[in-house]
Amino acid sequence: MSMIRNPKEFGSGCLFAGFGLAAIAIGASYPVGTAARMGPGYFPRGLGLILIVLGAILIFKSLRSDGAPISVPSLKPIAIVLGSVVLFGLTVVPLGLVLSTILLILVASTASHEFRWKEAVIASLLAAAFVVAAFSWGLQLQLPTWPAFLMNRS
Amino acid sequence: MELFDNLALGFSVALTFQNILYAFVGVLLGTLIGVLPGIGPVPTIAMLLPITYALPPVSALIMLAGIYYGAQYGGSTTAILVNLPGESSSVVTCIDGYQMARQGKAGKALSVAALGSFFAGTVATIVIAGFAPPLAEFALKFGPAEYFSLMVLGLIAAVVLASGSLVKAIAMIVLGLLLGIIGTDVNSGLQRYTFGVPEMSDGIGFVVVAMGLFGFAEIIVNLEHREHREVFTDNVSGLWLKWSEFKEVIPAILRGTAIGSTLGILPGGGAMLSAFAAYTVEKKLAKDPSRFGKGAIQGVAGPESANNAGAQTSFIPLLTLGIPSNAVMALMVGAMTIKGIQPGPQVMTSNPQLFWGLIASMWIGNCMLVVLNLPMIGLWVKLLKVPYRLLYPAILLFCCIGVYSLQNNVFDVLMTAVFGVLGWVFVKLECEPAPLLLGFILGPLMEENLRRALLLSRGDPTVFFTRPLSLGMLVVAGILILIIVLPAVRKTREEAFQEEAA
Repeated sequence: MSMIRNPKEFGSGCLFAGFGLAAIAIGASYPVGTAARMGPGYFPRGLGLILIVLGAILIFKSLRSDGAPISVPSLKPIAIVLGSVVLFGLTVVPLGLVLSTILLILVASTASHEFRWKEAVIASLLAAAFVVAAFSWGLQLQLPTWPAFLMNRS
Repeated sequence: MELFDNLALGFSVALTFQNILYAFVGVLLGTLIGVLPGIGPVPTIAMLLPITYALPPVSALIMLAGIYYGAQYGGSTTAILVNLPGESSSVVTCIDGYQMARQGKAGKALSVAALGSFFAGTVATIVIAGFAPPLAEFALKFGPAEYFSLMVLGLIAAVVLASGSLVKAIAMIVLGLLLGIIGTDVNSGLQRYTFGVPEMSDGIGFVVVAMGLFGFAEIIVNLEHREHREVFTDNVSGLWLKWSEFKEVIPAILRGTAIGSTLGILPGGGAMLSAFAAYTVEKKLAKDPSRFGKGAIQGVAGPESANNAGAQTSFIPLLTLGIPSNAVMALMVGAMTIKGIQPGPQVMTSNPQLFWGLIASMWIGNCMLVVLNLPMIGLWVKLLKVPYRLLYPAILLFCCIGVYSLQNNVFDVLMTAVFGVLGWVFVKLECEPAPLLLGFILGPLMEENLRRALLLSRGDPTVFFTRPLSLGMLVVAGILILIIVLPAVRKTREEAFQEEAA
């Protein structure tokens, strides 16, 4: 690891070069055509090549000059925040806006180091009420308010 | 006078009851979200965009412009009171604004910011009205080669003038261009990079990208650090300036306006560069430069005027050339596209109501900022006291609903989470996400113009260098890169020399 003196630059170099390689690999079957008659593969392949070159430059630079290490204090926030978003996406249609909103707020709240259960529950209920008033009634959003299985019965 | 005829047309469009109402609501909501710490204009606009879907195009753009000004001003409020810049252009405001707040002069700092912004906004509106038509006429002569070169210049200028590593920024643009062409290829009908997912055949929504990269990533990073904020909210009284202070401030506002209006027009210019330039100028011209950084009122007046003027004149490249010069303008392009308007020189002639209505509404928006924000400052200040642990889940919720309502599609919500991961990785690697968004917006446009230019020249790539306008723009882009690279080269050499000596 001591070879890599600038981890952030090294990481971004790998990231860009990786994207470039992926663009070319996935797009390998797209017809390139000629300059005068560009096929759908022409532009993305060019961009992919540029990305690989730029990535290589960054990797090269990362071996020659020093930089601060990448700091990741905790993976909890990213896991919880994006987890709650995915959860909302998966539940909003089957469970409806009210329940998915409550779920999103409750789960997302736990990411804070000042998390309090009672407060989060109250906040989630208020948010659900507001969302229904503003989006279901106010803006007439195309989203079910209540769970599908409850609606079918009535 | 044609200018006044045009402005009159604009005001007749913008001054209908509905449009004033939309401008009002836009400014109100923009300030409301923008004042929240850590949320700059880009996530604010992305978050509030869904509200405008149902509106007719003119009203939607008027409301968006209102949201933008509101967000910008809300950001300044946060900068002054909490020392937390919501975006790069209010970094400068933090320096002296926060010091003023610590000295109990928060009210004065806030009203100088509002009045300076209003004056700058008024001047910038006139600049737009005067400059846009001739520029648009000029742009109508552009062929695909010129457009391609112009986009290269615009993108390069946008990263050169921004801070941070040049290589990273250019790579971010290229990655953005690549992400931008995902979806069905217009010429061949081929699905590119869609992985067979039907939701991706129309490409990835720009709101998805913006929300993930700016909104979600920001929240995650904020949560990684234990919050430590010192809010100066008790002393926000005494909004009025003394006459002596007025005299100090007026020249700073005038200079800031002039700097902002000029720099905003440049591709890649806009609010941030203007604010930095204005601060430097004020500091240079001050009788006592040592007061800067310790609560100099000019240090708030100049940059605040400049950033508002710059924010506004950066509409010029968008409206006349169809080229967004910063991330906010990129969002505006997206919003216009959703409304079926392709921004560019033809908008002015084909849709004069929209064009002049938008310009008139800029002034109305600025006017509302003053009317709305100064009396309501107490309310905004209270908002700052809402703890972050209650704020961010609500922000997440609105982002999710907003993204969903884009196309009534769950896939978009999940995709935003993916871009949230990417945005977080970019923050960790210190890659500024704004250039990616610019590239993302311009990707399809750039490919199309490249294709057309090479088709017309029968595949001869020298077409970009033989047409004088195109050559000129590429030369400027090259010079810009050299300016940035050369000192860097010198610096690394010096470092190398020092190492050898040591």
